[in-house]
Amino acid sequence: MLRYTEEHEWLKLDGDVATVGITAHAATLLGDVVFVELPELGAKLAKGDGAAVVESVKAASDVYAPLAGDVVEVNQAIVDDPALVNADPEGKGWFFKLRLDDVKAMDGLMDESAYKKLIETA
Amino acid sequence: MSREEAKTISGSLKRTPLHALHMELGARMVAFAGYEMPVQYRLGVLKEHLHTRTAAGLFDVSHMGQIAVRARSHAAHDAARALERLIPVDIVGLAPGRVRYAFFTNDQGGILDDVMVASCGDHFLIVVNAAQKAADEAHLRAELGNECDVEPLERSLIALQGPKAESVLARLAPECMTMGFMDVRVLTLMGGKCMVSRSGYTGEDGFEISVPPDIAREITEELLGNPDVMPIGLGARDSLRLEAGLCLYGSDIDETTTPVEAGLSWAIQKVRRRGGSREAGFPGAEIVLDQLEHGAPRQRVGLRPEGKAPVRSGALLYGEEEASASVGSVTSGGFGPSVDAPLAMGYLPAALSAPGTRVFAEVRGKRLPLAVAALPFVAPKYKRS
Repeated sequence: MLRYTEEHEWLKLDGDVATVGITAHAATLLGDVVFVELPELGAKLAKGDGAAVVESVKAASDVYAPLAGDVVEVNQAIVDDPALVNADPEGKGWFFKLRLDDVKAMDGLMDESAYKKLIETA
Repeated sequence: MSREEAKTISGSLKRTPLHALHMELGARMVAFAGYEMPVQYRLGVLKEHLHTRTAAGLFDVSHMGQIAVRARSHAAHDAARALERLIPVDIVGLAPGRVRYAFFTNDQGGILDDVMVASCGDHFLIVVNAAQKAADEAHLRAELGNECDVEPLERSLIALQGPKAESVLARLAPECMTMGFMDVRVLTLMGGKCMVSRSGYTGEDGFEISVPPDIAREITEELLGNPDVMPIGLGARDSLRLEAGLCLYGSDIDETTTPVEAGLSWAIQKVRRRGGSREAGFPGAEIVLDQLEHGAPRQRVGLRPEGKAPVRSGALLYGEEEASASVGSVTSGGFGPSVDAPLAMGYLPAALSAPGTRVFAEVRGKRLPLAVAALPFVAPKYKRS
């Protein structure tokens, strides 16, 4: 199941663990990513908490926890090679994985067509 | 009325003569100094930066001001003497066909703007920052208006920078090959008389070209037609000048920084210092000349974060990780694509300004270690004779 937030994050659910990243739209707006700071493993995040930081040449941007959960894995690959976020933002450029407190909360987020509409009208 | 007309009438952002071209090239536009300017084109900031250091980058800097100063007596010497009343630099000794980095000072020795002054024989051409151009013009008129004509010029300015800049420009004007760093000449480009200086804001060899606005687009398109040339936005302009250790007015230098604190003493020639034949005679001279002799309490320095996180303008600096009081701040910070590392500049007390000194910057509540580094971060490639 794939869902999106208004802050241009995507979530891919597998059981009760959601992989989180930023969308291609967000990556394009951001420009060339030069630095990523990921959350601590085991961190307990509430929905809307600052989870990660992603920086382009020009500016820093926050990535928020789209839903409440525990950080069970982080993607060291994008820390080692931040350009991966631009190269494959919705695949290999994922940020972290959250064990969700409430899997059903995914239903409250936008699906792909709703997100597409959001970015078209932006 | 059209949206375009409405926008201009409502006092919104100004546009350079190349605005339509930027849009056609897919530029992402931002507001800068009251102008709508390209921050990047399709390549993106990183690639635009790297392209400039390996080939040739073309920048629209027409938002900057160009002011002609001419003595009513018609004697260039009189205009030079007048300018020296505002500027702590040797203008009298600036030969025709040469351009020099300079700055206006205030009574506290602070910098009102940093500029380039070119001697064009019978007048001086001063290129000033966009954000300061109205104030600079007013300042010149107020102080020199009795003896000099101060004329803001309606001209465009484009910069061509990089190792291939000479071969690119030579196709339009072969004489550019005989110009050395900081030479300025009138060259005819596509039938139009242009004032061309071998100078720039990137640390690379290159040219800054003052163009009549009605042929700006034509000349720009001709230059862009060369496969070595790419259009470059303000994003890469900023990362290039940061790597070159060059100041951005309003960030690294302003009315509260003296040229000595800012590490710009090299621009103040001996003739204007104590003991020189035209010593002092500019605003804030006592303070500046004193600092030249005895040192300034703080210094602009290069800073290299030890980690990968960029440290940006405004971050406070500490002498020790646990120190409660900050000792300085970062004035420019970002990422240097040519060194593949975060870079910054800031001010520190003189005692902490030696290269290698370890200091700390507060970033997102954490104290990150940085090392003071000598400037520039990337060695310049000027064509010196």
